This record gives sequence, C-alpha cells and structure tokens, in this order.
Amino acid sequence: MIEIANLYKSFGEHKVLDGLSLNIDKGTTCVIIGRSGCGKSVLLKHIMGIMKAEKGKIVVSDKEVGKLNEKEMNALRMKIGYVFQGGALFDSMTVGENVGFGLIEHDHISHHELLERIEECLCLVGLCGIMNLMPSELSGGMKKRVSLARALCIRPEIILYDEPTTGVDPITADSINDLIVNLHDKLKVTSIVVTHDMKSAYKVADKIAMMYQGKIIAQGSSEEIQHSEHPVVHQFINGLAQGPITETLEAGAKLIP
Amino acid sequence: MTHKFFITFGRRIHNLLFFLGGMANLCAQTFYLSFMPPYKKDRVIEQIKKSGFDSLPIVSLVALFIGFIFALQTAYFMQRIGSEMYIASMVALSLVRELGPVITALVVAGRVGASNTAELGSMQVTEQIDALEAFATNPIKYLVVPRFLSLILVLPVLTLYADMVGILGSYAICVYKLGISSSMYMQVTFDALLFKDLFTGLFKTIFFGMIIAFVSCYEGFNVEGGAEGVGQATTRCVVISFILIIMADCFFTAMFYFIFP
Ligand SMILES: Nc1ncnc2c1ncn2[C@@H]1O[C@H](COP(=O)(O)OP(=O)(O)OP(=O)(O)O)[C@@H](O)[C@H]1O
Ligand SMILES: [Mg+2]
Repeated sequence: MIEIANLYKSFGEHKVLDGLSLNIDKGTTCVIIGRSGCGKSVLLKHIMGIMKAEKGKIVVSDKEVGKLNEKEMNALRMKIGYVFQGGALFDSMTVGENVGFGLIEHDHISHHELLERIEECLCLVGLCGIMNLMPSELSGGMKKRVSLARALCIRPEIILYDEPTTGVDPITADSINDLIVNLHDKLKVTSIVVTHDMKSAYKVADKIAMMYQGKIIAQGSSEEIQHSEHPVVHQFINGLAQGPITETLEAGAKLIP
Repeated sequence: MTHKFFITFGRRIHNLLFFLGGMANLCAQTFYLSFMPPYKKDRVIEQIKKSGFDSLPIVSLVALFIGFIFALQTAYFMQRIGSEMYIASMVALSLVRELGPVITALVVAGRVGASNTAELGSMQVTEQIDALEAFATNPIKYLVVPRFLSLILVLPVLTLYADMVGILGSYAICVYKLGISSSMYMQVTFDALLFKDLFTGLFKTIFFGMIIAFVSCYEGFNVEGGAEGVGQATTRCVVISFILIIMADCFFTAMFYFIFP
C-alpha cells in the first residue's frame, strides 16, 4: 500500500533522511518511533507530497508521489488523512468549518449532511457540540483531537497520525488508541502512527519501525521489537539515558573543544 | 578583506536572484490560477471588504490632509506671482496624476500588505499552509488569488476616492480661507483635468496593487523561524513594497511623459 524506497532529504548540511526504506501493507498499522528531531514528521510530509525528496521514491496505492500531475495528486491526497503534530487548525475558521474543510472544498454535499458528518467526527474524538467554537478557544489537547476529527471527516483509506496522543490526558489517550484500533479493525484503514508513547505503540501496532540517523534500523511486531537485541532499539524502548544513542552524542560533543 | 567582500556580494546577488525567481513563479501561478475554475467569489468579496472598505477611513484622512497641505503650499507660491486662480488646476493635476495614486498605494501597502504578510506568515509557521495542501487545496489558489484580485480591483477605486477627497480638502482651504469663489474653483479644476490625466493616474494603480499583493504573499509564504520571522517578513514586505511602488511610479510617469505626451 505504501512503499518508500531509498529516500534522501537534507536541509542544508543536515541530512534528515538518509536512504530510508519502509513498506506498509494494506490494512495494517505501522508505528514509527525514533528520537525527537530524527525526521519522523518530515517523513510523513514526504508521503503527503508536501515536501519533495532529493532522491528515492514513494508509492502510495500504486501511484508514485511526485510523478503525478496536480489533479491526480489531489485525488490521492483526498484519500489520505493527516493529523498534524501541532494540530495546524485554520484559526480563521470555526471548529466545524475546520473539520468539514475537505468536504466543503471538494465534495458537493448538502448542508444538512455536512453538519451531521462534522458532528459525528467530533463525537468520535469525544468533542460533541463544540462546532461553533473558534480554535483559539480550545486547549492544546482539544486542538489535537479536532485535528484528528478533521482527518477522519474525509473518510480516508490511509491515515497518518503525527503523535496523536501527545499532550492529551491518559484516559483520552487510551480512547484515541481505541479509535485507531477500531478504524483498523472495522474499516481496514491503513495507518502510520508516529509516537513516543510506547504503551500506545504496543497497543495499536501491527508493526513497529525504529528510525535512527535517517534510516529504519529495525522493524517487526511489538514482541519482536520488545525483545530486540539491537542496542539502539533496546535503549530507546526502555528509555535509558546510557547507551549507544547517547554515546554518539557524547562522542560528538567531545570533538568540540 | 576582498575575499569577504566577494562572499557578501555573491550572497546578495544570490538572494536577489532567488527573490526574483520566487516572485516570477508566484506571479505566473497566480495569473494562471485566477483564470482556472473553480471561482470562489465569497473569498474575493471578503478580501475586498478587508482591503477596500476597511481602508476608507485612513485613506480619507490622509487624502484630506494632503489636500489641505497641498493647497496651502501651492497658494504660498501662486500668491507671490499673483495667480491664485491656478491653485485649483495645479492641485487637481498633481493629485490625480501623482499624489493620489502613490499615497493611496503606500497607505494600502502599510495597512493591507503588512496584514497579509503577518497572516500568511503565521499560517506558515503553524503549518496551516501545509494543512491546506494536505486537504488537496492549492495555497496559491486559496490564499493569494483572492488577495490579488481584490487588490487590483480595490486600488483604482480607492485612488479615485482619494483624488476626490483631496480636491475637496483643497477646495475647503481655497474657498473658505483664500477667498476664491466656489464656482470659479470648480470650473478651473474641471478645465485642467483631461481624461488622459485620470487614465494615467488610475492605470498605474493596477500595477501598484499587483506589487502589494505579490510582495506581501511572497514574504508571508517564505517566513522562517516563528514569531520573530513573521515580524521580520512584515517589515521586509512594507519596505520592499514602498521601494517597488516608487520605482514603478517613476517608470510610468516617464513612460506617459515621453511616449504619450
Ligand atoms: N522546514 C525545515 N527547514 C529546515 N530544517 C527542518 C525543516 N523541517 C524539519 N527540519 C529539521 O529536520 C529534522 C527533523 O524534523 P522533524 O520535525 O521531522 O522531527 P521529528 O522526528 O518529527 O521530531 P519530534 O518527535 O520532536 O516531532 C529536525 O532536525 C529539523 O531541524
Ligand atoms: Mg514531529
């Protein structure tokens, strides 16, 4: 469903993606873990076609992102829901207009149906009846959930979640996990979930992939990752301050006199 | 020392070319997308209200005072050579041909251009522009086209309005302070103004509108680095718009003077 092969991207001197490859099968949930700043959000933006890679290719639903004309690309984008890390709600519009944005812009849907769809999506994330508020009136976690509702509203086949549970309370976080699992079980949605929350990762993942220094260094089922021998993976999932990840940092720091 | 000079110089040239390239690209895409369906009238009307209707108070105020000042200043010299009755024609011509268009454009650049840059810039830093793309919406079509269309429509109208208010200001000074008769003032004004003068004045405002729209949107899209970046981009937008407006005005004035005398 999603095939990423040999992707390269750098910002100036800073190599963010360095030959990254990853395959995600139709109807499965892949969790991507990795340190802050390792390029997970950048990877998702490449899948969406918002950023252009220097080298490599991404195939989504048998279509190669970057080789499509604008119309085809837009058709593809309407099949993908993207939950932005910071919410990225349009702050000049109400919550309702935000959630219905994709439909208002592209589908000719009756007003009544639209309102029903918006309310349904908001209720899915536990925010019934806030349609008429402005984004500035919401808390951080609420914005995150509205962003999730906005992605769900276009009924996508693929959903990219950028840290959906960060910044929300543990109970809401668990209901978001349940939502991801439900979408997977009932609607056979293909998902990529970027998260730092290992508990949520184990709960939703069919596959976990660990990103490190611009590559996927390990991938496998939750159990395989949990029992991985790989020192970097071991350090990351157990959250240890000592280990190979921090050693390279210290070695780097020592080079600076 | 020379080495450093060439590096700075090279970087300047590079930045300039980068800016020109980006602007050309934005212009081309905006023109193309303005003609492509779907046409969303509502957003253009919303922008016309924001950039045109809401600018009326400040444009009125500035134009009125320019009219006062200009009448007094012209009177100072005309009284010396004893030809007060030509104050009206002098004021009318200068206002309609030069001052009206330029002052209006500068006011709009400061008011509307700056707000465009700040708005698009903060959308850029909070990833809202990426979100537009993620929902299969072209940010140029959605954000730039309505601003562009509204500015090229609104600026000529605002300019015409500023011309009238300015002449009214000068009329007030001349009739109530300098004792020129009202009918005389009106007649001299209308005798002095030819259709050509009105046309030269209004024609260039379309280009001023383009300058404001493209510079403000370009700077907004290219904001880097949070709130500070938005502030810098807004400053840059106003400065660059001012420079380009004055340069364009000089070009058009020369063109009309030499080619269509
Ligand atoms: N537009 C950009 N311009 C320059 N550098 C960028 C840009 N976007 C991202 N980067 C750099 O790319 C790297 C990866 O950023 P990214 O946002 O993908 O991290 P992340 O893995 O999502 O981290 P986090 O878990 O904290 O969200 C960072 O070091 C960042 O400095
Ligand atoms: Mg991120």
